[in-house]
Amino acid sequence: MEKQVILNAKQIELTIKRLCHELIESHDDFKNSVIIGLQPRGVQVVARLKNELESILGHSIQCGNLDITFFRDDFRRTEKQLLPSVTNLDFSIENKKVVLVDDVLYTGRTIRAGLDALLTFGRPAKVELLILIDRRFSRDLPIQADYHGKSVDTLKMERVSVDWLETEGIDQVLLFTKEGNE
Amino acid sequence: MNNLSVDHLTGIRDLTNEDIQLIFKMADSFKDVINRPIKKVPSLRDITIANLFFENSTRTRLSFELAEKRLSADIVNFSASSSSVKKGETLIDTVNNILSMKVDMVVMRHPNPGAAHFLSQRISAKVINAGDGTHEHPTQALLDAYSIREELGDVSGKKVVIVGDILHSRVALSNIYCLKKLGAEVMVCGPTTLIPKHIADLGVSVSHNLKEALAWCDVANMLRIQLERQEINFFPSLREYSMLFGLNKQLLDSLDKRIIVMHPGPINRGVEITSEVADSDQSIILNQVENGVAIRMAIIYLLASKIER
Repeated sequence: MEKQVILNAKQIELTIKRLCHELIESHDDFKNSVIIGLQPRGVQVVARLKNELESILGHSIQCGNLDITFFRDDFRRTEKQLLPSVTNLDFSIENKKVVLVDDVLYTGRTIRAGLDALLTFGRPAKVELLILIDRRFSRDLPIQADYHGKSVDTLKMERVSVDWLETEGIDQVLLFTKEGNE
Repeated sequence: MNNLSVDHLTGIRDLTNEDIQLIFKMADSFKDVINRPIKKVPSLRDITIANLFFENSTRTRLSFELAEKRLSADIVNFSASSSSVKKGETLIDTVNNILSMKVDMVVMRHPNPGAAHFLSQRISAKVINAGDGTHEHPTQALLDAYSIREELGDVSGKKVVIVGDILHSRVALSNIYCLKKLGAEVMVCGPTTLIPKHIADLGVSVSHNLKEALAWCDVANMLRIQLERQEINFFPSLREYSMLFGLNKQLLDSLDKRIIVMHPGPINRGVEITSEVADSDQSIILNQVENGVAIRMAIIYLLASKIER
């Protein structure tokens, strides 16, 4: 495996800032909007967004986490047991504008499950998708993001990993490529 | 540890501590699901489950049915009172006929001890024991322990007394196995005639004095007197039983601490427990029922993930 840094700590910081300004462009003061991160890896992105948005806006915004395990389409189709994480939504999404957040958009299957899981909590006015890394041209389903951090072209055998200071000890986005696979 | 060590749930005896912790962890998530506005997830939409009840049941059967429906499984129900069993069909024939209709999992309650184990050795479908005679009732024990964990934070190190008909009770046996595996101290309490000989070999202590037992414990699980399993008289009268082993408010208040009261249902009000106690804030009887659905969803989900495609 050869690895290549797609985004370093400084670039991640800039990207998060830009995404926040884009969000404010269409959500104004976030009075009727909520941000929901998909478990497990969208949660860190939400934490960063929340921090930045609150310092720009000067007031708190509603954020939650959504677990999609029971809505996945690969139950019994993978060897490993699908184990859930915690869902943490202590507000109503009825008639709210929801921004779903995940770290990497690849096949689109996670987002499909996320939409189904989200709808069990009510009927939002609008759902948008924010993605830190968009792996273009690799979708299995017709799903696209409304806000992109960075788009990359990748092959199926490659892997993208997003590391965070809080969990992995460093802010970076890496692309792993198999050797001799240039 | 991400998967159960067993392919069927025939009894608590076969489970490891890790299995039980995994079931509890899954149940936490399912408890969250059943408290949502839409209480359903699509995980088991391509699975069919047969509920075979060769013995009467209301709570367990409803609880299993709800658990299955909330996981989106297709279900078929069968009860012995309205079936070919009455015409003399054997258990294995009945089940094989149902399995030919492509059923992936069987939930069975049967009056004979070992029926679930017998079945699990002979059919390809996953088997869940919903009570086999006087042997085991694993899902009840798991939901009881789960309710204790929810109330007290942990089961390990807690003192639990099981009061009543230990001799005929599958709930008692499964509870003893389950609580011991989780590191709790267990005592059984009841009239001499209703405590099996050598029960202490399971690592439990025995008492014939309810007040003493209550003073010792953190949790009291009051079992139902199973009038249907008492062909001979094990005690002189219900009145005498309830005077000696029934839990009333006066007795509960005389303790110098707050204990938790449980009951697997259905309650004989005024026999093993008075209405005042059953409806008091120390009773978690209705929490047990709610947790029952979450625990059964967890077990079905974990076993279903082992079904071959």
